[in-house]
Amino acid sequence: MLSPTELFSSATTLSIAHVLAGALVLASFMMLYQNRLSSVINVLALHSAVLGIAVGWQAAIQHAPELYITAGLALGFKAIIIPIALQRIVIRLGIHRQIEAVGGISLTMLAGIGLVALSLVVMLRTAAHADALAREDVALALAVILLGMLMMVTRRNAVSQIVGFMSLENGLILAAAGAQGMPLVVEISVAFSVLIAFIVIGVFLFRIRERFDTVDSAALDAFRGEAQ
Amino acid sequence: MTGIAYDAVIGTIAIPAAASLILAIVPSWRLAAALNVLASFLTIAVSAVLLWHRPAPTKLILIDDLNIVFLLLNGFVGFTTSVFSASYIDHELQIGHLTPRYLRFYHAMYQVMMVGMNLALITNNLGLMWFGVELATLSTVMMVGIYRTPASIEASWKYLILGSVGIALALFGTILIYLAAKPILGTGMSAMQWTRLLHHAPALDPALLNVGFIFLLIGYGTKAGLVPMHAWLPDAHAEGPTPISAVLSGLLLNVALYAILRFKVLLAMSHATIEPGILMIGIGLLSLFFAAFMLYRRRDIKRLFAYSSIEHMGIIAFAFGIGGPLGNIAGLLQMMLHSLTKSAIFFSVGHIAQAKGTQKISAITGLTTSHPLLGWTLVAGVAAIAGLPPFGIFTSEFLLITSTFNRAPLLAILLGLGILLAFGALLLRMTSICFGEPSAGAHPITASSMPIFLHLGVVLFIGLALPGFLYAWFAHVATLLG
Repeated sequence: MLSPTELFSSATTLSIAHVLAGALVLASFMMLYQNRLSSVINVLALHSAVLGIAVGWQAAIQHAPELYITAGLALGFKAIIIPIALQRIVIRLGIHRQIEAVGGISLTMLAGIGLVALSLVVMLRTAAHADALAREDVALALAVILLGMLMMVTRRNAVSQIVGFMSLENGLILAAAGAQGMPLVVEISVAFSVLIAFIVIGVFLFRIRERFDTVDSAALDAFRGEAQ
Repeated sequence: MTGIAYDAVIGTIAIPAAASLILAIVPSWRLAAALNVLASFLTIAVSAVLLWHRPAPTKLILIDDLNIVFLLLNGFVGFTTSVFSASYIDHELQIGHLTPRYLRFYHAMYQVMMVGMNLALITNNLGLMWFGVELATLSTVMMVGIYRTPASIEASWKYLILGSVGIALALFGTILIYLAAKPILGTGMSAMQWTRLLHHAPALDPALLNVGFIFLLIGYGTKAGLVPMHAWLPDAHAEGPTPISAVLSGLLLNVALYAILRFKVLLAMSHATIEPGILMIGIGLLSLFFAAFMLYRRRDIKRLFAYSSIEHMGIIAFAFGIGGPLGNIAGLLQMMLHSLTKSAIFFSVGHIAQAKGTQKISAITGLTTSHPLLGWTLVAGVAAIAGLPPFGIFTSEFLLITSTFNRAPLLAILLGLGILLAFGALLLRMTSICFGEPSAGAHPITASSMPIFLHLGVVLFIGLALPGFLYAWFAHVATLLG
């Protein structure tokens, strides 16, 4: 049985952490080339599940039990509840089979590879003096963040933008969990979950409004007045 | 003595927080509007106590010469805007733009926004500052979409998405700063305290600080409406209720810039190789020129002044980028005067749009004839924001251009050119709005013009005779900023 410090510094624990972080980058790539909304959402569930496991592993090797809350939030809320809610929204709006024009998958993938290379080059160099765990994690997390942004700019649909933002946020949580002992990580992950819940509820409410409220003639008049 | 000071600091958070809870359940909107004014007044009163009793920095609280200016400004504009808001929503209810149901939500969110901004200002902790800015952003997002028109929902969606990406990048920057501090300050909260970070600044890892600052500049810069992350700002200003346009321009942009300033100080004291000044000059000039050109093509009166806010944020970023005692004084003065003037302009624009029933510039003419009071206050406001003497913004812009001439003449010429471009556009629009044949359509406006006069009066007073104590204060803060 290894003592905690030995366990922490041992190569195996580190490489497991890195494999999990790498898996998150891979899941981000999977998201980029999905062109049907429901498959985008499925990949999001996978993405969040990988994050949950990665953060859980960090909690174990850092002996930071509060990180288990963040991991649980990722596994329960972001990997199950939100994807189910989003699936219901897209079915309700009748866009679940819709094929999004993703402006050249190969070009997007190339851009993605470029972003990953960029973030690894930049972060491994800048964080050269940080401990190994944080260094690799932050580098891979930046890759996930940039891929999330790429997802957000290449998609037009509100649901895909939410998914892009959630994958971006997963990258942030990975970075925060990897920065050993960072305070407020749990609070920040809770705050982000509340934000995401608000966004999802907002989309849900407003789409319904658009569909039913416009039969009201007063609303139509107001709409005409607003037109530029 | 210190007991009072700590209570006052807690009060700047607790009063708006309690008010937001009460306002969420008060059914009568008249009572809610009055309570909103009362809560805002109490907040400024409590902030004023800090002028005399200042607490020593703790783990969570830091009150110094830099943030007390913004705290007071926040309280003041928050209070006058709540007065304006009361008469504004009265009219919106009459013409059916808003329903009482939404107003409960609106007032609660107004106070939540004050909580967020005050928290970001008073805290000694990087993480809490980030949280405060996020809270303020989210509450304004909800208020921007309150009219529930397709345009306003589109605007608040855009604001939400861009704002979220901004806060995400700012958080990543904060994580990098933490990583830089961790080896020196140890893990946990202490590695996120401003006071400790500044104390140990030279020992922090310069490479991480460099990259962290870039993320923070982009992240908080999104909130400050700096080009190229400004796209949310004109929509949010134009489609939301006008009191929110006033606080967005007057306060939230300032709070975001304040965050950038704090990190700039940290970088200046460390051995980081990056020059934050050059980045800020670049991004500032870009914002100034972009906004100045965009001003010429605006058809919506609120969008016009939204672009003018981008222009001024550019000038302010430029001023702090140039730095030095005079540059920093000019920047601080400009921040304060811009927020007073711009909120006054939005107050009168709100009344004008209600009087004319439209925000289209082409449909509003001859205001000085049809509504002399509104027309002339807008003339005064535009003259002030465009930088005409005797108003205070002339003083700060003059100070900035002359101090830049000493250090970098070429940059001063560029700055002057940008300011002149914007000046031309504003003057052009103002003459068409305020003079000529009055356009048809006039709802009677009974609202009080007290907040407008109060703001423009302060701006005029500072322009005519910058009080010695204010100058001395700014000069002291300017040395802190480096």
